[in-house]
Amino acid sequence: MKTEIDLVDIGGGNIGSISRCLERLKVNFHRVDAQSPPDGSRPLLVPGVGAFGAVIDCLRQSQLDGKLVALVKAGTPYLGICIGLQILFEGSQESPGTPGLSLVPGQVVRFQHAKVPQIGWNKLRSRNSDWPSGYAYFVNSYYPAPAQAQATLYEADYGGSFCAAIKTGNITAFQFHPEKSGPFGSELLSRWLASVS
Amino acid sequence: MSVDGLCKRIIPCLDVANGRTVKGVKFGNLRDIGDPVELGLLYEEQGADELTFLDISATHEQRDTVVELVNKVARNLSIPFTVGGGVNSVDTVKRLLGNGADKVTINTAAVSNPQLIDDIAIACGSQCCVLAMDVKRSGDQRWTVLVKGGRLDTGHDAMTWARQCVERGAGEILLTSWDKDGTLEGFDLELVQIFAQALPVPVIASGGARDPQSFVDVFQRGNADAALAASIFHDGTYTVAAVKEQLHKAGVTVRLC
Repeated sequence: MKTEIDLVDIGGGNIGSISRCLERLKVNFHRVDAQSPPDGSRPLLVPGVGAFGAVIDCLRQSQLDGKLVALVKAGTPYLGICIGLQILFEGSQESPGTPGLSLVPGQVVRFQHAKVPQIGWNKLRSRNSDWPSGYAYFVNSYYPAPAQAQATLYEADYGGSFCAAIKTGNITAFQFHPEKSGPFGSELLSRWLASVS
Repeated sequence: MSVDGLCKRIIPCLDVANGRTVKGVKFGNLRDIGDPVELGLLYEEQGADELTFLDISATHEQRDTVVELVNKVARNLSIPFTVGGGVNSVDTVKRLLGNGADKVTINTAAVSNPQLIDDIAIACGSQCCVLAMDVKRSGDQRWTVLVKGGRLDTGHDAMTWARQCVERGAGEILLTSWDKDGTLEGFDLELVQIFAQALPVPVIASGGARDPQSFVDVFQRGNADAALAASIFHDGTYTVAAVKEQLHKAGVTVRLC
């Protein structure tokens, strides 16, 4: 049986890229959002780019935030990409005063670097022998700083070492864009899909 | 010196018209050099880090053709790509991004209406917004901004304009030297170096790429974050792979496939 997933539109832009990647990988996905919310029957893939505060406000207003938190706490597998990773945390330096979903302890912090955002391919170092190292494509000014070191799945360097992906319980999340990271990125997505089927 | 794993990017640029990749030849004519998706896939295989597609049709009236192309490219490629050419509204940007483009470049429209930059950044995010500027040397370490495909010199100071764009929310600057473009003389290293140093966003160098050594120079001496080129790749003179090999040998951080 082929894995079916819910592609959650949380109001962050650029959902086209991940949709087309899923089509290339021949994954059956259902597009869900605040109007037609997920019900936990399928794993959740939450992509998006955008400002932390704006996306959280959107989720709060539509009450999709509560639904996502409930589903994740109930054990529904969750893959977050970019803003889909950042909303999991308690807050972000990008939007002081706006609480995140607080599903993962820690904050989202800004790069200390002459060039922000980081745009381009960076080398991932794996902290988990089941996940391969490789190059991934980033477009980000902020990155996650999980309170628990063991949540870090991948690290990379930009003005120093930073957490590039997390894996904790039923949550996996990438700061980079696997759908834009060539064959290596596709492999990571396939790996997650295999793990939730 | 900070520890950086970020790779320098090689970006082939494809001019498109009527859904085909084209190349300018004598007397303003265009030669069809292939299917954009096929060429794009070839460059992706060779290790291109991103692609840029520029709609160079005279009046950009065939927006639907471009959208169709964006759709097709997005369905087939798995590296980021940027689309540009006559983009002058947030609606157009949204349409292009919604159909699978990762970034959009704006050029002349931003000069006529700088507020467009803010509007795009707010609606879609700075990271989607690449400000393309064509510049021409006007004095010692000074350049002015050209618009309308290089046909009009606005007289604006290029550095002042670049800083304004960044302040308004442009996520990257695509800096084309009009003096060097198409000359195969090498990039304008002084231009690139000054702008890459001064601006807090990535600078993509464009104009003049001649050979793999040009790229070594633009990264090591020009300090560009990325380099864009068309002719030397389309003509088959050098492959992206050959350029990256040379960069790697010279000690420049690049993604090797």
